[in-house]
Amino acid sequence: MSDLRNLSASELSAKLSSGELTSRRVCETFLSAIEQDSHNCMISVRKEEALAEADQVDRARSDGEKLPATAGVPLIVKDNIVIRGKLPTTCASKILANFASPYDAHVVEKINEAKMIVLGKANMDEFAMGSSNENSAFGPVHGPVDPERVPGGSSGGAAAAVALKLAPLALGSDTGGSIRQPAALCGVAGLKPTYGRVSRYGLVAFGSSLDQIGPLARRVKDAALLLSVVAGHDSRDSTSAEVQVPDYQGALDGGLKGLKIGLPAEYFPDSLDSRVREKVDAQVEKLESLGAETENISLPHTEYAIAAYYIIATAEASANLARFDGVRYGHRSSESGNLIEMYRTSRNEGFGAEVKRRIMLGTYVLSAGYYDAYYLKAQKVRTLITRDFTEAFKKVDLILTPTTPTPAWKIGSFEDDPVSMYLQDIFTVTANLSGVPAISIPAGTVDGLPVGVQLIGRHFDESTILKAAGRLEGEVQ
Amino acid sequence: MSDHAWEAVIGLEVHAQLKTRTKTFCRCSTHFGDEPNSNVCPVCLGLPGALPVLNREAVTMAVKAALAFGATVNEQSIFARKNYFYPDLPKGYQISQYEKPFSSGGAVDARLEDGTTKAIRLTRIHMEEDAGKSLHVITEAGTAVDLNRCGTPLIEIVSEPDIRSAEEAYAYLYRLRQTLLYLEVCDGNMEEGSLRCDANISVRKTGAKELGTRTEVKNLNSFRGVERAINFEIERQISVLESGGQVNQETLLWDAERQVVRSMRSKEEANDYRYFPDPDLLPLVIDRAWIEEIRASLCEFPAAREKRFVEQYSLPEYDANVLTAAKEVADYFEQTVKLARATEPKKVSNWIMSEVLAVLGEKNIEITAFEVTPERLAGLFELIDKGTISGKIAKKVFDEMTRTEATAEEIVEKLGLVQISDEDALKALVDKVVSNSPKQVEEYKSGKEKVFGYFVGQVMRETRGKANPQIVNELLRKVLK
Repeated sequence: MSDLRNLSASELSAKLSSGELTSRRVCETFLSAIEQDSHNCMISVRKEEALAEADQVDRARSDGEKLPATAGVPLIVKDNIVIRGKLPTTCASKILANFASPYDAHVVEKINEAKMIVLGKANMDEFAMGSSNENSAFGPVHGPVDPERVPGGSSGGAAAAVALKLAPLALGSDTGGSIRQPAALCGVAGLKPTYGRVSRYGLVAFGSSLDQIGPLARRVKDAALLLSVVAGHDSRDSTSAEVQVPDYQGALDGGLKGLKIGLPAEYFPDSLDSRVREKVDAQVEKLESLGAETENISLPHTEYAIAAYYIIATAEASANLARFDGVRYGHRSSESGNLIEMYRTSRNEGFGAEVKRRIMLGTYVLSAGYYDAYYLKAQKVRTLITRDFTEAFKKVDLILTPTTPTPAWKIGSFEDDPVSMYLQDIFTVTANLSGVPAISIPAGTVDGLPVGVQLIGRHFDESTILKAAGRLEGEVQ
Repeated sequence: MSDHAWEAVIGLEVHAQLKTRTKTFCRCSTHFGDEPNSNVCPVCLGLPGALPVLNREAVTMAVKAALAFGATVNEQSIFARKNYFYPDLPKGYQISQYEKPFSSGGAVDARLEDGTTKAIRLTRIHMEEDAGKSLHVITEAGTAVDLNRCGTPLIEIVSEPDIRSAEEAYAYLYRLRQTLLYLEVCDGNMEEGSLRCDANISVRKTGAKELGTRTEVKNLNSFRGVERAINFEIERQISVLESGGQVNQETLLWDAERQVVRSMRSKEEANDYRYFPDPDLLPLVIDRAWIEEIRASLCEFPAAREKRFVEQYSLPEYDANVLTAAKEVADYFEQTVKLARATEPKKVSNWIMSEVLAVLGEKNIEITAFEVTPERLAGLFELIDKGTISGKIAKKVFDEMTRTEATAEEIVEKLGLVQISDEDALKALVDKVVSNSPKQVEEYKSGKEKVFGYFVGQVMRETRGKANPQIVNELLRKVLK
């Protein structure tokens, strides 16, 4: 039954609950698809463990045990989320190639409580730094539609795997667009929740004030399902919010009548690829036809967002990645002489070029004499960008934008021009800087390549985003 | 020496380990001396993905210290990352406070040798986590790292450059440590590193306004070390300047074994710590209600208690100073006075200062572990006051009390030490002694009054010290008249 892979997570969950499918069968099907796939989506596969867990669920179910609705549903987890056990958590870096975590991330505990089954760890840009998934020590991920093109990044493996139906769901992380951008380029749904909605405990940090774990799925309803599993307060993450988790799946049922949607001028510049603009405009019309009201708005500080983002994210990263020093775990150079030499060679050998570039950038902007001009100024810009959103959300319920300026590009296009690649994040970084939730859902294709539309909501109002995205998706199909 | 031409300007940075049960940002035990790397978890090991959560108890203790020194507790403070690489620093940064510490201002009232008090102002107090320990044992394997201490809460108390000599530094440190001990927020053990001190030292011509170039001297891990290192460094700087040289701004290490300072790093080699707010932690908010709650829980501080002892118990300043040096001794004194109501506080003070503290010294124990509790000591005083035993016998009983659990009364009974105050019985003894000593009687009567002591001694010998000395004196005078 090859069409088992076409089923949504919700459908799988229903068929598993009713006994129509066993978890072993579901997992075996996806695992064999993973095995046969050639897009390099995965860094590691936990075949035996996954099947053993599937058998456990099946047994419990046949014994009549009461199980969560999600029991036995498989998913893939980005390889910067730690899972206890032999399976390494590499962050797609040579420096952590053999790092096995002695503890589970909070979201992994939640997945285990939900009796969902992790099939393996997804490829990504090293330490989540990148927009193309080319920066992986384990090789690039190939785009699901055109293998010569990038899948986006940094959750490129997770997004491509979902698009290729190697799993119905995946957990990614988003620091400046790392869930939404690959979701857009791979033609799937990807949600970055509100900062503080999902615990970061066990997510290997890149930009701690920006990072957020979120779901990727082919259907909005499935993204809601996975968000319900992982959202909620965790006392081990001081930035985790004590805000009630609503019924996200239930939120999909509402209508859009009277919903106010803002279209920020800064996200529709004249330079925007007209084919992308057409696709996004079509989504706007659909929302209007569903009863939503659209309004032109302004988020005036958008133009400073990329600069502020790359200062704050790299500053935080420069400290976050200091722990990878070869002393306690991870790669230690065999060349090392004295202590300083050991640090230098271990880190030089262990980190890839983009990671080194960002550590240097971050170190620079925090240095004595430069701190005020860069880091402090970037924080001020961040405050202004947050205020832009606060003001906008006084008038509208959602903000709609393109997710990316272009569809997927050819692998290697930006090899010598990292700044142009950074500019690809222009529409996504603002949600991270201001902490608001945002989703990307498919908006059709340009020359056969997927493009996405982004819906941004108020803090902790993922429900409205999911409702609008769900209705929009219904119209697309 | 031409020291009078020069003046030293000193500021101290004291790191005090807080006595919390668990670490600053995780729940690992802070217990000292456990097996290396046994009190560790993903958070204090700095494992990928682990996050810090602030320990409320550490904040409470830190605020206690700030309030004790009259500092302003800031309603909002920020934890910052201090970035540097070292093997005993697993995250590659230390979580500290930088631009916005939790406490500003305040002062330590140092009592100088001449009895005057000098207020040494504080710049700030901030919270931070301790690093682990690098054990530079020379083995094949190289340096070993123990991360048990890593993440233990510290407060860093930074003084203004108000200190002018090693003696003042000592007095400052003494009062600071005493206060922290009173508050029970730090055990003050410099040898174990729970109290550590760095000194910023410069010298200038006496009367000069401008500060000289300063050096920072680290590794001062005893009171004596602080005094010696400061004196050494002052002398060193003076001799450098007097020989026409210049003091280099540098960090020095005190070598306690060789009694010299060694250069650690120059200004050019100084780290750029690249402090920035730790995004993993929210701003620390200490609201008024919390501060007041902590203030209400504060104990009386040493200086105030000393003053009260003089006023309330009519003790000499010397006694009050000795008794309040440690909170536990002061508590012991007050409890005993309260229980032994009929006894003069000065008498209790004498006993504690001469007898109790001596025994503690011999046994090398804390007063809280002393067998002779205030209750038992008060029992002894009761017997003295009732005339059951004499002061002399009381010392004997006290000695016995330090070896057994019996009450004073039980010991007196058991050893038959009850004082003999029966005049008739004593009269018979006195008569006997006098009639047996014709030679001494003659001497006494011929004016040698010193011989009186002989008669007393004889009576005491006959009674094995139990005779009431007052009655014996009276009887002897009558008989020998």
